[in-house]
Amino acid sequence: MTTLMPSGEMDARVKSISAQLRCLVCQNQTIADSQSDLANDLRAQIQQQLQQGRSEGQVLEFMAERYGAYVLYKPPVNAATAALWAGPGLMLVGGGLVMAWVVRRRARVLQGAARRGVDEQEEGA
Amino acid sequence: MSSPSAVVIARRRNPWGLAVSLVGLLGLLALFGLLAKGLSLNPRDLPSALVGKPAPTSMLQALAVLPPTQPGQPVASVGNLQGQVWVLNVWASWCAACRDEHPVLVEASRQSVVPIVGLAYKDKTDDSLAWLRRHGNPYAISYEDATGRLGIELGVYGVPETFVIDQAGVVRHRSSGAVTQQQWREVIAPLVARLKQSGGVLPDNKADANQTSKGVARGVGRATAS
Repeated sequence: MTTLMPSGEMDARVKSISAQLRCLVCQNQTIADSQSDLANDLRAQIQQQLQQGRSEGQVLEFMAERYGAYVLYKPPVNAATAALWAGPGLMLVGGGLVMAWVVRRRARVLQGAARRGVDEQEEGA
Repeated sequence: MSSPSAVVIARRRNPWGLAVSLVGLLGLLALFGLLAKGLSLNPRDLPSALVGKPAPTSMLQALAVLPPTQPGQPVASVGNLQGQVWVLNVWASWCAACRDEHPVLVEASRQSVVPIVGLAYKDKTDDSLAWLRRHGNPYAISYEDATGRLGIELGVYGVPETFVIDQAGVVRHRSSGAVTQQQWREVIAPLVARLKQSGGVLPDNKADANQTSKGVARGVGRATAS
């Protein structure tokens, strides 16, 4: 069963899927951008699969089954990648809380020292 | 200055400050440790998604076969290797790193420990044959993947790559890059021996998955078609 569609639309679909896959040769590029031989082969394979009627999800799954989750440019969200996705946000929140606490505590201590007068400040110095 | 002395007073009177600092420091050290580990990993050496899954043997069998380059009793088809442990080596005549690893394979085939199946990846028949005649033919049988379609099925992203497949046809290991003598001796040969001994059943499948010979310089050579 072959799906007939205008070539412009096919190209757009191939491009959309390619942009979600990592080129394993030039690893910071997607298959859409990379000019490596492997990228060319994989784009041709994507087109072939689309012509056979597969969906975008099926094509992405096809690639991940053979090349591993790393081939998906955006890491999947699951138990293994939870630390990757949640980490930066957690660190930001955690760091912010600590900072707020430290600032507030220093402000309180400074107020307390000011109230007790000059003598104790000299004692600590 | 009131500020530094106020902080000194705080430390003496409030142990919580020290505790928070310590926790923060430990957290930071843990993060650095994680990042350092990440830096030591080689992004070119990817784990294979195929480990633990059946090798695409029927697709392999459907490919054209290179005529043997030497007299002998080569295997007629990879199908005949069912029930045996075998090694699949993906190579090409245009790949310089393949030339580096080839003597290791030739020597291994001479010792007849495990049959090695060759897959000429995106190569021309004449070039492949000439290359084998010149550098030696360690392969029990050689297939040609002219289009690279089987390479996609195997998750090949460069040459050479070497797979170990067990008696049930399940992929147990994948090496990316040229196999060195040390790797053959320390990783592949022991795995083959263990598989033969256990009849294909190993207690911890994951342990073999992407074991690399630690301390061996990885990325001795690798060619990517680009």
